[in-house]
Amino acid sequence: MGKNSKTVIKVENLTKRYGKILAVDHISFEVKEGEVFGFLGPNGAGKTTTIRMLTGLSRPTEGNASILGFDINSQILHIKKQIGVVPEISNLYDELSAMDNLIFMAQLYGVPRGERRQRAEELLRIFKLYERKNSPFRTFSRGMKRALTIAAGLIHNPKILFLDEPTVGLDVVAARSLRNLISNLRHQGITIFLTTHYLEEADLLCDRVAILVKGRILVIDTPSNLKTKTDKKTLEEAFMKITGLEPEILAIEKGK
Amino acid sequence: MWRDNLRGIFYIALKDMKTYYLKPPAISWGIVFPITWILAFYLRNPGDFKELIPGLIAMTILFSSTSAEAVVINFELRVGTLERLLLAPISIGGILLGKVLGGVIFGFFMTTVVTIISVLVLKLNPNILFLILIILPSLFVFSSFGALLCVMVKEVFEAQTLLNLPRFLMVFLSGVVYPVSKMPVALQYFAYILPLTYTVEGLRKSFSGTPDRTLFLHTLILIFFLLLFIFPAVKLLSKKFE
Repeated sequence: MGKNSKTVIKVENLTKRYGKILAVDHISFEVKEGEVFGFLGPNGAGKTTTIRMLTGLSRPTEGNASILGFDINSQILHIKKQIGVVPEISNLYDELSAMDNLIFMAQLYGVPRGERRQRAEELLRIFKLYERKNSPFRTFSRGMKRALTIAAGLIHNPKILFLDEPTVGLDVVAARSLRNLISNLRHQGITIFLTTHYLEEADLLCDRVAILVKGRILVIDTPSNLKTKTDKKTLEEAFMKITGLEPEILAIEKGK
Repeated sequence: MWRDNLRGIFYIALKDMKTYYLKPPAISWGIVFPITWILAFYLRNPGDFKELIPGLIAMTILFSSTSAEAVVINFELRVGTLERLLLAPISIGGILLGKVLGGVIFGFFMTTVVTIISVLVLKLNPNILFLILIILPSLFVFSSFGALLCVMVKEVFEAQTLLNLPRFLMVFLSGVVYPVSKMPVALQYFAYILPLTYTVEGLRKSFSGTPDRTLFLHTLILIFFLLLFIFPAVKLLSKKFE
């Protein structure tokens, strides 16, 4: 990602209310082409709600956003063609095999007929699932399901990939393998919008992170700048200080 | 964008055929149930069986086109696969039409089999064009009706229960077994707000040998019912994702 990279995601005053609850509160930020942008925050901070608005699963109450120059309110179908989304839950079809799931996704996204199988096989090899290509999705381990869900998100060669908590619930080996895959995607020039609870993961993968608390963005910066500014050694410590959770943690530790 | 939607509708219907329509709920409601009824009526009174054919075809249309709706919509909503479809470049209306089309294709297959067997065994001579003009819109009407009822509730079992009430009501009040003209007047009025009545009457006209032009009116009324069911269904499904 160069300094002059173009903006591919532009968010202005994006807001989402569920009745009286303000889930996302007038957030604004930009993501550059080729960047790995981390969206960090505790549970209920509004990370998933933001992704849902940006990917067309939910309508904003106020504000606007554009992705690759298309407006999320009026041109969402244009956007959907060019983004890949990996939701927090691995939601492919249990009854279909790995191959059939990928081919079905390729059909929905309009991948040309002659390229579908080849693309699916390529992704199954990359994600080390080729040997299980004919096994139903329901027979897969959690890590394998996660990997196939990411593969499904990449079937149409998206320019931007939204990853919502990609490593949640995975064992150490599977999570590490997945992080390597994300790192490889970044080297291929895909812009990645990542939400995660794991700050070490964000520190390793992200060019910049936004810290979100109670629907509001507190800060956006590079992990190293955040550590320097807060005078902390790790992103986790910096996060605690920025979000005001540090005193609570210290109190818990003193109680020990 | 319409091309994306058309493609989506086609592949969603195709996937649903593979995934759901050869599974127990579809088989029991869509195939076994109408065949059991047909056999029951035949065994009871083989002499008058010809008279019952339009009603039995109508019942096959009703049950086969709605047999898997609860699963294809409510189950997918619960496990998150419907959300997966919404991430693709297809509108919510397109997704719902894909689901409806799955029911239509399955229903068309079942209805065609039942009709062909009836025509060949009982040596009937229906007007094929008129049959198509009634069967096709009816399949869309009842598949959309199933979709509408399913998006009104959350769980698969709620949808199955909710679907059964109008399905059985229509079987008894739409002239499937007992002609509408012989019912009490109040029930006759009620029968004419049920879409299945137009299917049964349209099919009777198609089999009568002298089909009249009011058959086209039945087709138009069925198209009206289709619009009446499909638009609120799309609206309700959209609301679930607001």
